[in-house]
Amino acid sequence: MLALLGTLGARLWFLQVRSGAQFQQAAAANDLRSVVTAAVRGSILDDQGRALVDNRTVLDVTVDLNTLAREPQSGRPVLERLAAALGVPAAQIEQRARLCSPTVGQPCWTGSPYQPVPVARDVPTRLAVKIMEERDRFPGVSAVPGAQRVFPEPYGAQAAQVLGYLSPVTPGELDAPDTKYQPTDMVGRSGLEQTHDDELRGVSGVAEVAVDNLGRAVRTVSATPPVPGDDLVTTLDAHVQAVAEQQLAAAVKSARNGWDKNSGTRYKADSGAVVVLDVNTGGVVAMATYPSYDPSVWSDGVSAAQYARLTDPKAGTPLLDRAYQGQFAPGSTFKLVTASAMLQDGFPARGVYDCSPSFDVGSQSFHNFEGEAFGPITLKRAIEVSCDTVFYRAAYQMWLRDGGNRPVTHPADPVQTMAAAYGFGRATGIDLPGESPGDVQNRQEKLATWKQMKDIWCRRAQTGYPEVAGSDPARAAYLKQIAHENCQDGWQFRGGDAVIEAIGQGGILVTPLQLARAYAALANGGTLYQPHLEKAVIAPDGHVVSTYRPKVVGHVPVSPATRSFLVSAFEGVAQEGTASGVYGPWPQNRIAVGAKTGTADVYGKQATSVFASFLPADHPQYAVAMMVSQAGQGAMVSGPAVEKIEEALYGVQGGAINPRAALLPQPPATLPGIRPDGTLVAPADQVLPPACLPPPGYGVSQALPPAFTEPSVLAAPPYYLPERRYAGLFQAGALA
Amino acid sequence: MIIGERAGVPAVTVALGDSPTDRVRAAARRGGALRRFDWALAVSASALAVLGAILVWSATRERGRLTGGDPQYFLKRHLLNLAVGLVLAAAVSALDHKRMRALTPAVYLFAILGLFAVLSPLGSTVNGARSWIELGAGFSIQPAEFAKVGVVMAAAMAMSARPAVRRAPDMLAPVFDARRPGDAPSGRLIGLALLAAAVPTGLIALLPDLGTTMVVVATMAGVIVVSGVRLRLLLLLGLAAAGAVALVVKFHLLAAHQVNRFAAFADPNLDPQGVGYNTHQARLAIGSGGIFGQGLFHGAQTNGQFVPEQQTDFVFTVAGEELGLVGGLVIIALFGVLLWRACVIARGATEPFQLLLAAGVLSWFTFQTFENIGMTLGIMPVAGIPLPFVSYGGSSMFANFIAVGLLENVRLRSTR
Repeated sequence: MLALLGTLGARLWFLQVRSGAQFQQAAAANDLRSVVTAAVRGSILDDQGRALVDNRTVLDVTVDLNTLAREPQSGRPVLERLAAALGVPAAQIEQRARLCSPTVGQPCWTGSPYQPVPVARDVPTRLAVKIMEERDRFPGVSAVPGAQRVFPEPYGAQAAQVLGYLSPVTPGELDAPDTKYQPTDMVGRSGLEQTHDDELRGVSGVAEVAVDNLGRAVRTVSATPPVPGDDLVTTLDAHVQAVAEQQLAAAVKSARNGWDKNSGTRYKADSGAVVVLDVNTGGVVAMATYPSYDPSVWSDGVSAAQYARLTDPKAGTPLLDRAYQGQFAPGSTFKLVTASAMLQDGFPARGVYDCSPSFDVGSQSFHNFEGEAFGPITLKRAIEVSCDTVFYRAAYQMWLRDGGNRPVTHPADPVQTMAAAYGFGRATGIDLPGESPGDVQNRQEKLATWKQMKDIWCRRAQTGYPEVAGSDPARAAYLKQIAHENCQDGWQFRGGDAVIEAIGQGGILVTPLQLARAYAALANGGTLYQPHLEKAVIAPDGHVVSTYRPKVVGHVPVSPATRSFLVSAFEGVAQEGTASGVYGPWPQNRIAVGAKTGTADVYGKQATSVFASFLPADHPQYAVAMMVSQAGQGAMVSGPAVEKIEEALYGVQGGAINPRAALLPQPPATLPGIRPDGTLVAPADQVLPPACLPPPGYGVSQALPPAFTEPSVLAAPPYYLPERRYAGLFQAGALA
Repeated sequence: MIIGERAGVPAVTVALGDSPTDRVRAAARRGGALRRFDWALAVSASALAVLGAILVWSATRERGRLTGGDPQYFLKRHLLNLAVGLVLAAAVSALDHKRMRALTPAVYLFAILGLFAVLSPLGSTVNGARSWIELGAGFSIQPAEFAKVGVVMAAAMAMSARPAVRRAPDMLAPVFDARRPGDAPSGRLIGLALLAAAVPTGLIALLPDLGTTMVVVATMAGVIVVSGVRLRLLLLLGLAAAGAVALVVKFHLLAAHQVNRFAAFADPNLDPQGVGYNTHQARLAIGSGGIFGQGLFHGAQTNGQFVPEQQTDFVFTVAGEELGLVGGLVIIALFGVLLWRACVIARGATEPFQLLLAAGVLSWFTFQTFENIGMTLGIMPVAGIPLPFVSYGGSSMFANFIAVGLLENVRLRSTR
């Protein structure tokens, strides 16, 4: 008996004294829970402070999974009643209320099981009151105010792909060592929301709450209040963006009305993009892509069907932003590079060049567009009329000088080197995720590709393409011929390669953003800026956290003489060249425009319509580039759309300039002011009529109202977050 | 009415009909009831109950769902139970031993009836065991607790069926000296006792209440060992018991939750959210107590109500967390005193019935205490039995004090 009691005493000593510390630690972890209060995410504003993305307070219906788990049938009847009350399918509520796991995919709750799970957003107050009044029918269900991302779309500017979207933090991100996320965080997954996530997100507040075994809070151990995210001021101008989006859509529409006599069908015009760049900073003033979508789909949480539509290649993958992710052949707009290379390589600017209808390299014959010929012409005229054979011949000569098929040890490759100097063939570094680098095929790349592909090519050279031969014997024969040539000397940068690249086809692929930047570099005197959307980061209390300083990433090696020659040549294009029709009544004497058209042939597809321009030519401000796939000639589709955007920028109306109609003759030099209380200060030159002043109390607080649980509170007027919408939407800027 | 001889010295002398003062004086005389009464036993039992009241209070004052809003509800109820228990103990200790013997069949039958009642639709189920009879107005009784008393009394009576009066040295011989076959109860008597015990034991096992079943079996084993049964028979019984356990395991006669408790005992870290939750949380509570504890009412585990059944079966964890090693050792020491007195009383018994009675109570308390504290410390598997005197529970408290009354009764009627 003594032995038994002694055993108990000894065990007690062992547990309490010998290993007590370890149990104390375990017990401390036992009864603390983190309750996360989401931070208000910063807004994304345009250059004048107009909100492109904002927050709105909505009523969310949440369910507490712990309470639900203790209900009969794990609370399934409660969810069914809730679905019926909300008028949504029960499956939708149940899917949103289940926890994500390796076997359970979206829709599901990625956050902590201790956090109330939102199952319905933006519930009408009347409905929320009804649910809260019948508490016993809805155990664990609450209506709480939550912040919803809204897209005010000023002037109709959507910029969906640029702005991006959010999704809940994933368990993987939460488990990562030194994770910066809290379980309820929404994380930017695309566009500016992704690249500027750290600035916008803010820091969620965390309260460590001691709880009892039923998870009821006993006391608060420590509490860190949430820190609202900073606002991102972008270089985008909502009004110009809206015009760009409209003009891109109009260009696509007009292209589809056009008849392609090569393919014998109407133009497909399946995708395209337009970019407006500030040539002096690299700031993106507008950036539109087609096909697009309404960003509001993200506000309520995207459904599986909606997401499938956004990523469906048949619908043109609207989620992609062709402005910086789409790669197109630039066609003749690439002659900017070829001409620069020629002049820097010693071709005389005032020489006479032969614009023959075609140019032969070995057995291959390269033709002018529609077999035109202008005979002996100047280089300026060759640019104006876009005579391909002049550039074929020059490129061939440069290729021969590098040794032709037996290249010298260090070939100069003037065109390819100049293309790299203009920023082609590599990502621009814009603050958007997933940028495409484009391509400028050169000797090294051909060799690398050949090493990778030669086995396949050589096998195909033997076997041919039987799977194609059945339906299209001509194409199969062509492919077999190509495979044979590639197998033999695909590693070689041949004369034909050099010639076709000179007019922006073959191995040349560029993004519309790269194209706009290249023309911006010519316009501003040779400085290659890193394009950017960030203009400044402003804290909620109004102080400027950071201001973006333009980044120079290179200088184009062209002499001032070459530059002024090229500028005048591109002005010539707009005045008496291929773009003269585009700029018919344009007041060239007041705002000189430099432009270049491009019509790129793509094997197996209709021609790409390309147009690049910069203005004013004498003191350049903007470069605009548009590319529309399978849309025909540059001067027919892209050109007029670009011209319309430029009209809007400067208020050009029927050949005259109306300063009052000008949207943005110059990007604003100052930042939109934000008062310490979070409201916006109207720019000084803009007059606010009294009716547009914000109502009293408007935008007073950045904090969310406390969660309310009592129906009596719900009966009060619905809460709303101060929408940081800029009140003075009047443009009164005058042309300088 | 005069019980015993007016001038008799060794017999218990209780004068009735005299004035109350006279009666107290008589009891307080040298050799009188108040002098012979085992105060150490009564005080240690009461001290445990009072300590229990405080621990139960600490464990329940935050549990509004149990207390119905009155934080002192369980404190008051526990003290009330203690008071009733003391009255019961006094009444039992005052019984004449012949009357006690005569009462035994009635107590036994009452216990069996109670167990039948709880198995009938009258019983209600708590935590998977059908152990309670609701009496209404918040009162309920747990017949299995009273059945322990019935089993102890019935077994003692059955095994002491030979009405031989012996002197003390002879009585103790089978316990402390070499066994003499002549002194031992015959196999027939042992069989009778086992049969008598088997009926309530089987009913308790049907509830199912594994913990109380184990207590009853351990009590019977203690009684049989003390009775001086022949070694051969003892071994035979041991083998039979082992065989019975093997059959129970083989034919899955245990409920799943009971098997799980043994599994959780074998592997303390098994499924801390499910099967092993009780043991895990209990050990966290005790382990975080340290030497002096976190202070009464300041235990985080206790206030957070992480340990289930903390006011009843796991009451020792409150002491462990809030009063620390010191508090835990005090409780163990109080049990030491209590069991030591029970041992002394058993040694002093003059009749086989009394010896077996005391031995039964001793083995009952010993096993139940060791099992209960042992399970909270993780050295015994979890079984749903309360810690005598300390755990909250009216039936348990009453049965325990009736047992104390039995011990005192034996004490008052022994020669030493």
